[in-house]
Amino acid sequence: MSDVAAPAPVSLAAPSAWRRATRSGGLALGLVLVVVLILVAALAKWVAPYDPDAQDVMMVLEGPASAHWFGTDAFGRDVLSRVIWGARISLFVGFVATLAGVVFGTVVGVISGYYGGKIDKAITAATDVLLSFPQLIMGLMLVAVLGPSLRNLILAIAITAIPAFIRVARGSTLAMKERDFVDACRALGYGDLRIMFLHILPNIMDEVVVMASLWLATAIRTESTLAFIGLGVPPPTATWGGIVREGFDNLLDGWWLSVFPSLAILLVMIALNLIGDGLRDATDPRAPQ
Amino acid sequence: MLRFVAKRLALAVPTLWAVLTLVFVLVRIVPGDPTIVILGDQASPAARAALRERLGLDQPLWSQYWDFMVQILHGDLGRSLVTNRPIITDVGAVLPFTIELTVAALVIGVVIGVPLGVMAARRRDGFADWFARIFSLAGLSFPAFVSGILLLICFAVQLRWFPVISTANASDPMERLRALVLPAFNLGLIMVAYVTRVTRSGMLKALGEDYIRTARAKGLPQRIVVWRHALRNVLIPIVTVIGLYLGVLIGNAVVTEIVFNRPGLGKLIVTALNQRDYALLQGLMVVSAFAIVVANILTDLTYGLVDPRVKTA
Amino acid sequence: MTFALDTAAPNAEAPPANALTVEGLTTSIRIAGRWFDAVRDVSFTVGPRETLALVGESGCGKSLTALSIMGLLPAAVGRVSAGRIVVDGVDMTAADEPAREAMRGDRIGMIFQEPMTSLNPVLPIGFQIAESLIQHRGLSKRDARKRVVELMELVRIPAAEERLDAYPHQFSGGMRQRVMIAMALACSPRVLIADEPTTALDVTIQAQVLALLADLQKQVGLAVLLITHNLGVVASVADRVMVMYGGDVVESAPMRSFFKAPTHPYSEALLNAMPRVDRATALAPIPGQVPTLPDMPAGCRFQSRCPLRVDKCAERPPLVPMASDPAHAVRCWVRAGA
Repeated sequence: MSDVAAPAPVSLAAPSAWRRATRSGGLALGLVLVVVLILVAALAKWVAPYDPDAQDVMMVLEGPASAHWFGTDAFGRDVLSRVIWGARISLFVGFVATLAGVVFGTVVGVISGYYGGKIDKAITAATDVLLSFPQLIMGLMLVAVLGPSLRNLILAIAITAIPAFIRVARGSTLAMKERDFVDACRALGYGDLRIMFLHILPNIMDEVVVMASLWLATAIRTESTLAFIGLGVPPPTATWGGIVREGFDNLLDGWWLSVFPSLAILLVMIALNLIGDGLRDATDPRAPQ
Repeated sequence: MLRFVAKRLALAVPTLWAVLTLVFVLVRIVPGDPTIVILGDQASPAARAALRERLGLDQPLWSQYWDFMVQILHGDLGRSLVTNRPIITDVGAVLPFTIELTVAALVIGVVIGVPLGVMAARRRDGFADWFARIFSLAGLSFPAFVSGILLLICFAVQLRWFPVISTANASDPMERLRALVLPAFNLGLIMVAYVTRVTRSGMLKALGEDYIRTARAKGLPQRIVVWRHALRNVLIPIVTVIGLYLGVLIGNAVVTEIVFNRPGLGKLIVTALNQRDYALLQGLMVVSAFAIVVANILTDLTYGLVDPRVKTA
Repeated sequence: MTFALDTAAPNAEAPPANALTVEGLTTSIRIAGRWFDAVRDVSFTVGPRETLALVGESGCGKSLTALSIMGLLPAAVGRVSAGRIVVDGVDMTAADEPAREAMRGDRIGMIFQEPMTSLNPVLPIGFQIAESLIQHRGLSKRDARKRVVELMELVRIPAAEERLDAYPHQFSGGMRQRVMIAMALACSPRVLIADEPTTALDVTIQAQVLALLADLQKQVGLAVLLITHNLGVVASVADRVMVMYGGDVVESAPMRSFFKAPTHPYSEALLNAMPRVDRATALAPIPGQVPTLPDMPAGCRFQSRCPLRVDKCAERPPLVPMASDPAHAVRCWVRAGA
């Protein structure tokens, strides 16, 4: 009796889903772009041609040339090197904040959906209120009251991510709860914790992963937008949004100051959206291709 | 219809209360002593005590909450810590600019997004479809400040078609309109992307429905079948998506105003941040909360217009 | 209020004897990139006041035949590859799309199986009925409204005037099917195609709708092509019966002679699978399943399920009239000789 394994269908691994995802090529392209960007950011020390903070008074506001591909800024710093180092902050904040939002939001969502009742009602109501507030303004307010720092940025963005993941995880858990294998688990006398996190969680992961890939884009966009407004990691640390801001303040002095970091942000956004769309098409057979 | 409106308005009250409570909590999670944050650590204890009293921070929390709610019910957002002007006056002065921008972006989103989505769905994998897909991917990918700066560099700095420094305040309506074009397109781009996407997928689904076959069996030309019979049904998901992304739109309106240096809520937020004017910040959050609640009500009322099942149910 | 549809045919020349003529219709559909003949060489005529029932299991090609006649095949997956379709003297197969549009809803109407999904949920039903009048007759919206009330009364929708601006979700299934009928008849067509018009309805409503159709047909002189899998419906309203299997017409006969002497083994099996009060024997379901189009056997398509199968069935049998009754034709090597 006790050695009967509870049936737990895991759908993410279905080969047809993989084939659907790769057919368009967008997912693969997005993944390659993101991996390359992560490598460049991780190896910034060796990849970047200059020290991002080194000032060269002889080379102020020079346009793109062979010595400085992306030109130099008002302090004579190499824009390319600053963009490469800035990737570290943007990607780090994006990944950590999203991860925190995913973990916390999913756990709360699964618990809420699994137990139902009063806890669920309260959590759902709170989620609805949080979601009704514009995410960007919420993040802005949080950083404004907490004060701009790396830790507070991650905290603020993670907080804005949590309600979205609660909603997704709760909805999927509600659907899963009706399935036979959950009843089978209960019949076998498994505890609630074991059912929730060993049996339900793996089965709702594909929806959480799709959401996470799209949220990664939102998190990075929020970080760079806040940095642009002046609520990012304080200078002189190079961040994409911060570099754009400096370039924007000198808009008439040189287009390269703001255009190159802008393109870097755009590249990440496109890559992440391609991944998100590819994953969604792969996990949802009804989605129009 | 009137009962539907009344019911919807009644439903908004608890939401508004919850969102206002959220604002109250948010502004009070400032770590440390808010008077030090505002005045700096050089301030004298007397000045800090005076500020504390002015902010009502000497009162117990529940009483602060009560005062906060009562004030808002009277349409009073308090006074700025810096200028001591009533916040409602400052907000009222710039609100029309933000509304103007948001509405223009919405119109652009619908006027471009809907036809693009319809054309994409009619010829799957055709030219319009590819264009729509690339366009919507770009629209979803561009952070508002990035697209704004690129538009500014391209059309204002290089081509000089539009002013670099916003002339939204100009009394000449043509000049005001000219100042609106770039920001509205910048903000509208995002809406175009969302609307194109939902229109395309909605039309693909609708064109396969039985009632489309019925319409064709009546001998209606393809044009009427598509634009009347199919699109009328797709209006429902389109309204849903617009309602869902109004929050995103409002957030991006703030960013767009900063990039284009337009008067509006965005610039006021930056002022509040730079001057550590927490009273102004709180007031602006309350205004955003109201904006969201109003936007949601308008969305639901629009449902009543596009879906007969809502108002007669 | 008494009201009759105008019966005069709109074309000036003498109206052709047959309202609908189909000659050698072959319709192909695309499955996994390859085209298969899903309707093969189907020919028939329907005259005014006549009801021809097209009978068979789902997937036998009866609905595809109807969509081919209407010109409503989805272009990506279906096409008429041979044959001629003449509606009220107009060759539909030779006509271009605008000409076909002008015919649809005007001289040939169609009602569908699913009254729940066949009406547009966001348009008022009065307007949906009026559309073809506005399109084909050039009526103003106001004149069309008057006529729509008459049409709704004709199909016995109570309180027609008040319900003009109601929406489909405010109607029951039976009422919606009446709306569909009013819509199809709005321009007084010569031909009506009814594709499983009662299948989705409750039994009592079925009878009402069938009686209504028969009634209107008599009043207007309509030619009806009735598509159904329900032999009970056939027995109550049809004049002639055509049985289809795997895209082929396997038997064609006047209604009475069909029920008295079903000749094709498939027709026999169909009748044996139908419950009857006057017979105590157990129902005999047809063994096996209809092969999918790519798996269709060459020759007679019923051979894989046929109890009478002989070697000759590997060749395609022709549809030939029986010696005993020239109006009764059958496509079977074994039974045609009998």
